[in-house]
Amino acid sequence: MASTPMVVDRAEKFQKVCGILDRYARRPSGLIPILQAIQHEYQYLPEEVLTYVATSLDVPPARVYGVATFYAHFALAPKGKHVIRICDGTACHVKQSLPVLDALRQKLGTSETSKTTPDMLFTVETVACLGACGLAPVIVVDEQIYGQITPARALALIDEIQVQERALHAASAAGAEQPSAEDAHA
Amino acid sequence: MPLPRPVLSSPQPRTPMHNAESLLSIPVNVNGSSPLAQVRRVVVCAGTGCMANGAMKVFERFKSEMAGAGLHVILELRPEAADDEVRLSKSGCQGFCQMGPLVSVIPDGILYTKVRSEDVPDIVGQTLMAGQVVERLLYKDPATRKSCRGLEDNPFYSRQNRLVLHECGFLDPEDIREFMLHGGYRAARKAFVEMAPEEICKTILDSGLRGRGGGGFPTGRKWEAARIQNSTKKYVICNGDEGDPGAFMNRSVMEGNPHSVIEGLMIAARAIGANETLVYVRAEYPLAVERMRRAVTDAEREGILGKNVFGTGLSMKCEVMEGAGAFVCGEETAMIASIEGQRGMPRPKPPFPAQSGLWGKPTIINNVETLAHVSRILNIGPEAFRAIGTKESPGTKTFALTGHVANTGLVEVPFGTTLRKIVFNIGGGVTDDAGKIWKTGFKAVQIGGPSGGCLTEEHLDLPLAYESLRAVGAMVGSGGLVAMNQGTCMVSIARFFMQFTQRESCGKCVLCREGTKQLLVLLDDVIEGRADQNTLDLLEKLGHAVQAGSLCGLGKTAPNPVLSTMRYFRKEYEEHVFEKRCRTGRCKALLSPEINQEKCKGCGMCIKACPTGAISGEKKQPHHINAELCIKCGACAAACKLHAVEGI
Repeated sequence: MASTPMVVDRAEKFQKVCGILDRYARRPSGLIPILQAIQHEYQYLPEEVLTYVATSLDVPPARVYGVATFYAHFALAPKGKHVIRICDGTACHVKQSLPVLDALRQKLGTSETSKTTPDMLFTVETVACLGACGLAPVIVVDEQIYGQITPARALALIDEIQVQERALHAASAAGAEQPSAEDAHA
Repeated sequence: MPLPRPVLSSPQPRTPMHNAESLLSIPVNVNGSSPLAQVRRVVVCAGTGCMANGAMKVFERFKSEMAGAGLHVILELRPEAADDEVRLSKSGCQGFCQMGPLVSVIPDGILYTKVRSEDVPDIVGQTLMAGQVVERLLYKDPATRKSCRGLEDNPFYSRQNRLVLHECGFLDPEDIREFMLHGGYRAARKAFVEMAPEEICKTILDSGLRGRGGGGFPTGRKWEAARIQNSTKKYVICNGDEGDPGAFMNRSVMEGNPHSVIEGLMIAARAIGANETLVYVRAEYPLAVERMRRAVTDAEREGILGKNVFGTGLSMKCEVMEGAGAFVCGEETAMIASIEGQRGMPRPKPPFPAQSGLWGKPTIINNVETLAHVSRILNIGPEAFRAIGTKESPGTKTFALTGHVANTGLVEVPFGTTLRKIVFNIGGGVTDDAGKIWKTGFKAVQIGGPSGGCLTEEHLDLPLAYESLRAVGAMVGSGGLVAMNQGTCMVSIARFFMQFTQRESCGKCVLCREGTKQLLVLLDDVIEGRADQNTLDLLEKLGHAVQAGSLCGLGKTAPNPVLSTMRYFRKEYEEHVFEKRCRTGRCKALLSPEINQEKCKGCGMCIKACPTGAISGEKKQPHHINAELCIKCGACAAACKLHAVEGI
């Protein structure tokens, strides 16, 4: 993805981080909600922000890093534009969620260790349980839950997104230097 | 932040307290039903499952269709209803997610299933206008093929005893007034105004209520232990970190009846002398977080929470905190660490949280379902509560019935109900992978998630309760019940749970951190054909060692799925180890696909399908698989019309 909009965003996002820290009165006890709010802004936790958080809360960076790596919800690397989460809870597992995961990984070329595609469009990850066991197996594509999913239906969803992305790409290429359609969506 | 709702049916402004009091003084019977239940209404289920299936579209369609048909549509509840009004509302999870979106028409007693927005005009035209039933949207019992009109004749619901879940089905979770009109917050008021703290503790102790989160510790004893602590600051935490994969009863209660949780928290806080409470909700449940937060805001606005609760001069605060994705935080001391902004690692007990918990102050932590029982106990009295369930385990328990059963969903039954009743009567029987009833397909039920164990055919008539389950090597746990058919490989299931606990181990205790890793490696050996007798012995030995050498519940129970499957499915382990065979064909490494030379007509379809070029053969001559190239993907078997590929 283009790097220019990110640079422009940077100062603004930093302001937001300061706002978040102030909201929790820069108290170390608020570390988890602080990191959650920051991740909400950045979609992940950039290293330099973690260091800044540690300084602001007056705790060692190791403490912040320890918390950030302990909880599954925190991501230390940027995620793709579209996040696909495959539920691998017990109910989904016995109803064959693994073939869905395998099919998605094969199609997008991701794996257990490298979850995001090189073009930063897709991240494929598993989640322990979404509590929608009645619909098993379940996947979540960009916060939208799809139940009783099969490998074929999952791949069709990806195809749909890819078609949309290609259209967006074509539109932004046609619009030359104008801000891309993705930013309008964000 | 939601805007305060306008006060309907009243032109002059009223103070919030006065308003809440007036709602709380409308008489209701013990079951919480008031005359308002009789108002005609359409309830669209808006739980996570139904929303995923398009419930909101259905809701919006109802809004426009009902108005279009000239009906007097009311979206907000009001104490005085006109005769021609029809109320349209959302409800929390009704627990029958597989059949969603669900739509009920009250008081007609009709339950429509799998409603699409295209079906809405029929429901409005035929049911609301003409009083007829839309047959095609009724639930059909897969066992009898009979249509079920409503909850009474629907075997999934009629055989349950829904106490905690009852209101989830029709109350609007985002409407605090409706909750109050159905008897809500009356028990809290009683606890604050009429009862002394020790009296509340005694009532809960007498009721025999036990923790629904897994341990089964008597709730009244926990409260009493915190009450007698001499401290000016105490805390009550609601454990909504439902990490057990395959369980979603807490999600449903928080989504469907969030005020019942707050009321339980308030009563607990009053009982131990706390004025701060906190709900810790799992991050994977965004809707539950949203509804709990909304409920807290509404309760504050109505003067239920805040300063001077019920005019007693006491204050009460409630906060909602989102977890960050760690199973171990379901453990009390780990949750406290997490709330304090630390890594969620458990610490040794004693001191127990009731003595020294959050910020070193006396703290009690109760599960969502436990708290949701509290107000009912105060309303009906401990004796009436004890009348349900068994002597040692009174009351009801909600199980999340999932897996290979016809009806998946939430099942609330009294303790002492048999597994047979749950799986076959309520669940409608075991199914195959395609969802068709499989009469002889029952293999096992995994109860209690990654900490629990397996129950087999021999346990079908065992009454489910804390003690009886412990005796057979399983546990109630949070109540996940995953039914598995004959096509499920038990070694793989044990591996699945082991992988889960291995990932979730916090790493503090060596035996849990390293032991679960080694157990997983040993299970992989079994599944991939490298195991021998030694592997089986080691699995058992190490399993017991991890149980003995871990500090918290996660490690203590992590080997349970392995030990319990080894106990009840020893034969299956032995087949993997000694015969290098998996009877279900799920363990790929143990497969040896072969082409039946009699059946093969040499059409070449399998050659085309094979991604690795492992199949060869002349046209019209039987083909062969080269075992060295074969990756056992099964593409050949799927391509062969003659079913000549065997062993995969």
